[in-house]
Amino acid sequence: MNPRVAEVVRTGLWTNNPGLVQLLGLCPLLAVSTSLVNGLGLGIATTLVLVASNLTVSMIREFVRPEIRIPVFVLVIASFVTAVELAMNAWFHELFRVLGIFIPLIVTNCAIIGRAEAFASREPPGLAALDGLSMGLGFTAVLVTLGAARELIGQGTLFAGAHMMFGERAWALEMQFTDGGFLLALLPPGAFLGLGLMVAAKNYLDARRERRRRTPLAAARPAGEAA
Amino acid sequence: MRAEILRNMLRAAGVLAGFAVFGALLVAVTWESTEERIAANERAYLLRTLADVLPAGAYDNAVHEDAVTVTDRALLGTVAPVTVYRARLRNAPVAAVLTPVAPDGYSGAIRLLVGIRVDGTVSGVRVLSHRETPGLGDKIEIERDDWILGFDGRSLDDPPRQRWAVKRDDGVFDQFTGATITARAVVSAVRNALIYFEAHRDELFAAPSGASGLPAPAQAPAQSPVQAEEKE
Repeated sequence: MNPRVAEVVRTGLWTNNPGLVQLLGLCPLLAVSTSLVNGLGLGIATTLVLVASNLTVSMIREFVRPEIRIPVFVLVIASFVTAVELAMNAWFHELFRVLGIFIPLIVTNCAIIGRAEAFASREPPGLAALDGLSMGLGFTAVLVTLGAARELIGQGTLFAGAHMMFGERAWALEMQFTDGGFLLALLPPGAFLGLGLMVAAKNYLDARRERRRRTPLAAARPAGEAA
Repeated sequence: MRAEILRNMLRAAGVLAGFAVFGALLVAVTWESTEERIAANERAYLLRTLADVLPAGAYDNAVHEDAVTVTDRALLGTVAPVTVYRARLRNAPVAAVLTPVAPDGYSGAIRLLVGIRVDGTVSGVRVLSHRETPGLGDKIEIERDDWILGFDGRSLDDPPRQRWAVKRDDGVFDQFTGATITARAVVSAVRNALIYFEAHRDELFAAPSGASGLPAPAQAPAQSPVQAEEKE
């Protein structure tokens, strides 16, 4: 198997996570992560757009001249976002209402054009699609974790509104732990605090691993990709 | 040299145009295959929302089918025809649901549902769609805040007309921090809907279902005093 596959996956999910390291797409990340289901919905929509746009950009990379590369990327991304928006409106209508403006705003998520420019425009389609998928899942993971934490602390529930995504049976999934909660977590400051703590936790884990690895092996560490 | 530059420009333009066509096709195909479902979703949503702004159990007709469209730019906020749904119990008028537009929201029009009982009191108000700032102006949605319930039971006499405004404008309705314009737009749209209803109540209920425009409309006051005041 291509050794780069594992690297691309690890980059997207952890070492260069769009939410925790690149800090891209913060506006939707902070605004939508008020509940687990909201985060999951926006995460999946973003992932779809990322995969589709990375794949397309990679396939056309040979014949799109550098001068018009950016406009073409924007066109491609905007079209995919509109398609995803319509599809969500049709099949996840309630969720679409909750996420509202943030679905069309995916188009302004820098993570998407960033990946198109930095990765997909120089790599083969398969790898580019995989990069889109892992970046998207990395972003989704952050959204879901932050959403779950804020929902749990702020209103004492988990999976509230799951029926909007998984149909009526999912009412069973909705858990109520406490009555009400610490409102701050649901307000914008809660989003910043939560994300800050997550970034800190990631850095702490990385630093700890680095310390443990500070053995002769350290020298053999391959030079990381300059992201 | 010149020819080459020209050729390059044309090629770039061609590629760009090609992608514009590709994008348009993608959106068109998606639109074509989702249009029906979206319309059905909107209708189901409308039904549920209509039930929310009407007094529960007080009517027995199919409200969403008993509708007329009317036009009044000054009071209903749009030049486009506005739908009015009628709720009746054994054919006697119970309430009407107007769908006015608040044209002066912070980022464009806010579409509302305003349920008004036949005696002129508000039975409920909901927001159908808006583009207000997420986190600030979207508190007009019932899912986020119960501010919109503050209209229930109000009428043009309660509070008196000149106090139908947000607190900052000497009115009785709360505004939200950071989104006074949104609250102001909604309050004045609800008040105008009430004024419209008061002036046209009997024609509204008398008009045959599906009619556009009202039969023999009583000449509406060109501009109500409250409207005129607002223009200053």
